[in-house]
Amino acid sequence: MKASAFAYARATSVANALELLTAHGEGAKVLSGGQSLLPAMNLRLLAPDLIVDIGELAELRGIVVKEGALSIGALTRHADLLKSPEIATHAPLLTDAVAHVAHPAIRNRGTLGGSLAHADPASELPACMLTLGATIIARGPGGERRIAASEFFAGIYETALKPQELLVAVELPVTPKYSTHFFHEFARRHGDYAIVGLAAQAFVRDGRFTDLRLGFFAVGDRPLLARSAGKLVDVAITSAVLSEAFSALDEELDPLDDHQATPAMRRHLAKVLLARCVSSLLGRPDLRMGASA
Amino acid sequence: MTSTQANPETLSALDRPNSYIGKTVPRPNLDRLMQGRGLYVSDMELPRMAHVVFLRSPHAHAKINGIDASAAKQMPGVIAVVSGKELSTVITPWVGVLSHLKGLKSAPQSAIAVDRVCWQGEAVAAVVAISRALAEDAAELVSVDYEELDAVTDMRTALDPATAVIHVSLGDNLAFERNHDAGAVDQAFAESDEVVEAEFVFGRHTGVTLEPRAVVADWNAAEARLTIYQGTQAPHMVQNIAAVHLGLKESQVRVVCKDVGGSFGIKVHIYADEMATYALSKLLRRPVKFVADRVESFNTDIHARDHRCKGKIGVKRDGTITAFEIDDLTGIGPYSMYPRTSAIEANQVVNLVGGPYVTRNYRARARVVFQNKNVMCQYRAVGHPIACSVTEGLVDLAAMKIGMDPIEIRRRNLIADDAYPCASPSGLRFEQLSHHAALAKLVKMMDYDALRAEQTALRAKNIHRGIGIASFIEVTNPSAAFYGVGGAKISSQDGVAVRLDAQGSVICQTSITEQGQGSESLTAQIVGSVLGVSMDRVRVILGDTDNTPYGGGTWASRGAGIGGEAALQATKVLRNNILDVAAAVLQSTPGELDIVNNGVVDAVDGTPRIDLSELARIVYFRPDTLPPGIQPEFMATRHFVPREYPFAFTNGVQGSWLEIDTDTGFVKLLKHWVVEDCGTIINPQLVDEQIRGGVVQGLGAALFEKCVYDERGQLTNANMADYLVPMSGEMPDIDVGHVVSPTLESELGAKGAGEAGTAGAAAAVTNAVNDALRPFGTIITEIPLTPQVILTALGRI
Repeated sequence: MKASAFAYARATSVANALELLTAHGEGAKVLSGGQSLLPAMNLRLLAPDLIVDIGELAELRGIVVKEGALSIGALTRHADLLKSPEIATHAPLLTDAVAHVAHPAIRNRGTLGGSLAHADPASELPACMLTLGATIIARGPGGERRIAASEFFAGIYETALKPQELLVAVELPVTPKYSTHFFHEFARRHGDYAIVGLAAQAFVRDGRFTDLRLGFFAVGDRPLLARSAGKLVDVAITSAVLSEAFSALDEELDPLDDHQATPAMRRHLAKVLLARCVSSLLGRPDLRMGASA
Repeated sequence: MTSTQANPETLSALDRPNSYIGKTVPRPNLDRLMQGRGLYVSDMELPRMAHVVFLRSPHAHAKINGIDASAAKQMPGVIAVVSGKELSTVITPWVGVLSHLKGLKSAPQSAIAVDRVCWQGEAVAAVVAISRALAEDAAELVSVDYEELDAVTDMRTALDPATAVIHVSLGDNLAFERNHDAGAVDQAFAESDEVVEAEFVFGRHTGVTLEPRAVVADWNAAEARLTIYQGTQAPHMVQNIAAVHLGLKESQVRVVCKDVGGSFGIKVHIYADEMATYALSKLLRRPVKFVADRVESFNTDIHARDHRCKGKIGVKRDGTITAFEIDDLTGIGPYSMYPRTSAIEANQVVNLVGGPYVTRNYRARARVVFQNKNVMCQYRAVGHPIACSVTEGLVDLAAMKIGMDPIEIRRRNLIADDAYPCASPSGLRFEQLSHHAALAKLVKMMDYDALRAEQTALRAKNIHRGIGIASFIEVTNPSAAFYGVGGAKISSQDGVAVRLDAQGSVICQTSITEQGQGSESLTAQIVGSVLGVSMDRVRVILGDTDNTPYGGGTWASRGAGIGGEAALQATKVLRNNILDVAAAVLQSTPGELDIVNNGVVDAVDGTPRIDLSELARIVYFRPDTLPPGIQPEFMATRHFVPREYPFAFTNGVQGSWLEIDTDTGFVKLLKHWVVEDCGTIINPQLVDEQIRGGVVQGLGAALFEKCVYDERGQLTNANMADYLVPMSGEMPDIDVGHVVSPTLESELGAKGAGEAGTAGAAAAVTNAVNDALRPFGTIITEIPLTPQVILTALGRI
């Protein structure tokens, strides 16, 4: 469990990091928090020629609220997200979600940018980006590129980032007042990768959803912003309506098989999560058992 | 976690004033370990030390047509690449059988595979380099020409004529079979009001020690002597086996065992890669270090508990259990492990099923088969979790069938506390157990009736909670009946040498070992208490075949009971020797004197007479001032082995309280209780933590742990992300209570406590799950109880 030999460079600026990435192409890997990269290297699943360590780039760190948008630097650590009052005020869904990311030791090192660029389909933060309508900001040799979260995640560990590009920040619209959210995931143990998870943001008026965004994760090769949410908007929710949403959701899922769950179990648990989400956001305990009927 | 000190009874027959026995005192080695000054094998660096990496087979079963190591050998920093054939010039193969396990067979196993690999992970070549990283680089350059063979993976078909035979010379894939028939089983079933059957399935799992297996072997050609630094539970066993297979005398092998990061039975065996490391050191004439990485640990540390056991119970309407019958099948990998063999677990299952109960009618068959998977062998609570889950699962099924409460059916069938000595239906002799006292205490600690009421109330709200009970017996303090009678050179006795030094400090050498259980602490507590000195004056030396008496080590819940008694007896002799000299110096008699608080005092009124340090000064430096004819002997050695009973059985009962989310299949453990009887308790905190740690390992088996093999014999979850160990976030509070029935075999009266927690935890949880699922009319007899298993049983997926 020793990594293969590799060259190491500590980037002195974003420009320097981009130069290194351009010069080395796919042989280079960006080291941010190292919580996924280093285990993969020690298992020799990855053997990059060059590690570009961006850890000292202070310009990539920090949370700023400006003109109705929340800008979060790529190097912002999970632990910083978790205790940030700006995040708690303007994107409380994220505060809830980060608490589910692994364990404190990992949250102390892992970064937002690292998590998004790694694009593990079972990760919490990519799904939150979909739900919150985030824009991913990447910088490359040709300048800055703004990528909608819905266009960013391309598959297991695959994103729209090019090898020469560096994810530098994320922009989120500030969560409007009176908006409400739900976050939950099923994991075998605290801190484990989710079997199925859901990050939801909604507007509720007079017991109905006027808007509902459902970001599922671990239900396919990438996070999913469920279109079936539309079945629940501007309608009185009954168990029949919920059932219809279940069927629509089922069509959208393409779950993977692994040690913790079969695709059938993931489909089932996604429905349970949806029922619990709707029940919780509407304050309707009667809908909670919908999934088990 | 909260801690219930529910043991107000007198804890020891050895209650002297100032006795440490029965008291929670901090471990003497705590500061050293907490300040990072422990010395683990992984920390060791020796001059000219090389590192070995084993190239391991990716196939479960394959012929080796050739190995090309030329590119690897040319890499800078590489010292040697050694094949199995090359290594066989310095080390001989072995066969893991014991003569008292009649019919047990196995094939010769080599340190590194020769011509054929039999499981994914078996070593095919050793790459030795000046660093681990370089050796890993070089290993990638070694190419092996494999020819894949049919892999035997399913134990259920291993004996079919159509299945390939792994070792042709053995004739078939059956390693061992034991049949047992006691009483009148058929008649008992015929006369039963109900007969219930079930098949119990157990997930193969492993010990997952925090520190992996590690060894540094140092062949000193000038001395013609091999020093082995190894995290092992049994140094003298390692010494013997290394000597036998390297063609050395035992005196040419020294085994040193410093700090060990967890063992759980994983480190009581002889592994092929460790043997290869000893041999490589001899071959290359320099120190060689091997530290298993986590993937290697999963692929090569022994696995355990891969059993499928059919069980049957007969019961009368009044709750009387009439008979037990089992048919156990287990797959052990391609070789029986050396030297303790892989038949012990199945043998234990046969021994232990039905053990807590009165019925004499018991029939059992156990079959042990070979497979192309990693080797299986003894791990904490060998066989106990299987036997307990089957027995207690059947008892609950019988109770359910006749509509009786699980506590009540146990009350009616557990052996009465005044019925001892007696024997189990499999012929095991019990000196003194306390099932009923333990059950009564458990019921009180749980507030059983209140829990039942709560369960009923919550069911109305669609909240499904369950209560599970599991009584158990545990094998501890094994005599020679375990291994010695079968021909293994594994000592069942232990020795302790204790001496008073010139400044009044006490040095104690013991043959038991420390892997975190607290062996050092309990030894110092006993020596300090018996001698009358404070613990901080007692220094305990363990884990060195050159510097301790000869003995077994720490395994099978034997350290405190056997090594502790040796410490007690040795210290008594030293005490008498000291009092003899003191009496001569003080012109008194030994009977008029006592040793208290590091000094000799008047036995009647406690008046100080002479400090031990002053007495020692006289003895060591001014013996000329002693009365004529006195030759002080301030060192004493005693050995102890149980002679009366083959095993000191202990007993106990566990309770589990949990909630099932029937929509998701997730189980939440709410609380766990244990009442156990390990006889005299030397250190209540150490005992309670042994129980809790054991329970957690049992809960891991119940809910999480499983080595998942595919049909081609590939272990698919050999990492800490996919193999789930129990973690604190999912563990409930575990309350521990005690009943104390000291064994009369020893003056100390201590029996073992290390495995009791593991023995019954999974059974209690499984019974609680089935109790919770009663309204759904489904029964699950498979562990781990994953959400997938529970949702499937509920028909949700």
